[in-house]
Amino acid sequence: MSAFQQILRSNEDSILTSWLKGMSSSTRRSDLIDDADLKQQVKEFLRLFTEAAQISSDIQSAAYVSVREFLKQIAKSRMDRGFSPADTAMFILSLKEPVFVALKDTLKGNPSELVTEIWSSGDLLDKLAMLTVDTAIGFREQTISRQQEEMLELSTPVVKLWDGIVALPLIGTLDSARTQVVMESLLTAIVETNSQVAIIDITGVPTVDTLVAQHLIKTITAARLMGAECFLSGIRPAIAQTIVHLGIDLADIQTKAKLSDAFSIALRILGKSVVSARTAQASSKIKEE
Amino acid sequence: MDRIPILKVGDCLLVTIQVDMHDELAMSLQEDLTSQIAKHASRGVLIDISSLEVVDSFIGRMLANIAAMSRVLDAQTVLTGMQPAVAITLVELGMSLPGIKTALNVERGMELLREFTQQNVGLEDSDGSED
Repeated sequence: MSAFQQILRSNEDSILTSWLKGMSSSTRRSDLIDDADLKQQVKEFLRLFTEAAQISSDIQSAAYVSVREFLKQIAKSRMDRGFSPADTAMFILSLKEPVFVALKDTLKGNPSELVTEIWSSGDLLDKLAMLTVDTAIGFREQTISRQQEEMLELSTPVVKLWDGIVALPLIGTLDSARTQVVMESLLTAIVETNSQVAIIDITGVPTVDTLVAQHLIKTITAARLMGAECFLSGIRPAIAQTIVHLGIDLADIQTKAKLSDAFSIALRILGKSVVSARTAQASSKIKEE
Repeated sequence: MDRIPILKVGDCLLVTIQVDMHDELAMSLQEDLTSQIAKHASRGVLIDISSLEVVDSFIGRMLANIAAMSRVLDAQTVLTGMQPAVAITLVELGMSLPGIKTALNVERGMELLREFTQQNVGLEDSDGSED
């Protein structure tokens, strides 16, 4: 049995107290976790870790299953509470100091063994810390990718404005993956709603570069091929300047400043017009007379 | 060898492509169509491709060619019922078929042709019929 294992077993209480003490000064974050919870976590981890360390020093081994599970849980709950991955890792790393102090006290007369023990125990704790960081970051990445998927679905709604008129209000930056979804959903909506006019509104698109313009031109051309007229609306002055400066040719595309302009043109194409209710009443009365 | 039937409707010709186009079929359609336009002195050609699911650059060019040839023979071509996937493919191939008029379905395509040939007396009514 190595000195490290002995120390863990015999000095469990003193290590626990000094660990808690050390943690309260550096990585406590009392705004995010209260004392009772922390003490509970620390106690539980130390118990599991002491048990596992008696059997093996390889954190991938079966002995460490419960330690790994516990750390994953801690990492997850800490990320939920708003800890940074570094804070989460410090939970483990701050155990080093009390362990090293205890080792120093025990192995006073044997410096070479002290170095070996410090190195091996430090290595073990580092690995455990990396595991928590991995879990914390993996958890965050999961959240990001889930949100990305949700955004992709949310961000391309095709709206039916009138019988035969669909609009696609685009919000946010366009990348190639998103433009593909935009193109497909617009074309499918044209078929489904049997629409003759489609309006793409880019009021919510912050920047238009050559690639985005290229995608828009492609979408509009595809809609035209299917037999729908397609308008581009909501071009802000800054974007108009960018488009001209980049030398993008939008000559074949009908552009309108506002969605309402495009909509009124669309109505005209369908042979419809918007009249004030009063005027309509008056004219029908005249007709009756 | 099978051929794509060409139907004469008034002064227009109606072609519906219902099989997968292979190159030979496309070439024979091109020949048949031009001779039919000349024979009937047709003013419009309507090509329905709603059941066409696969296109390549050759078919795309063939469609553009037919439109150009028809125009030389004084007939307007209308392409109807293109599937979204087909439209995306053609655009990705860089073929925007500039000379061809398009419509969502045969009904709209016929309307377009009527407008073009200016021979439908009821044209003025057809726009405002819903009011």
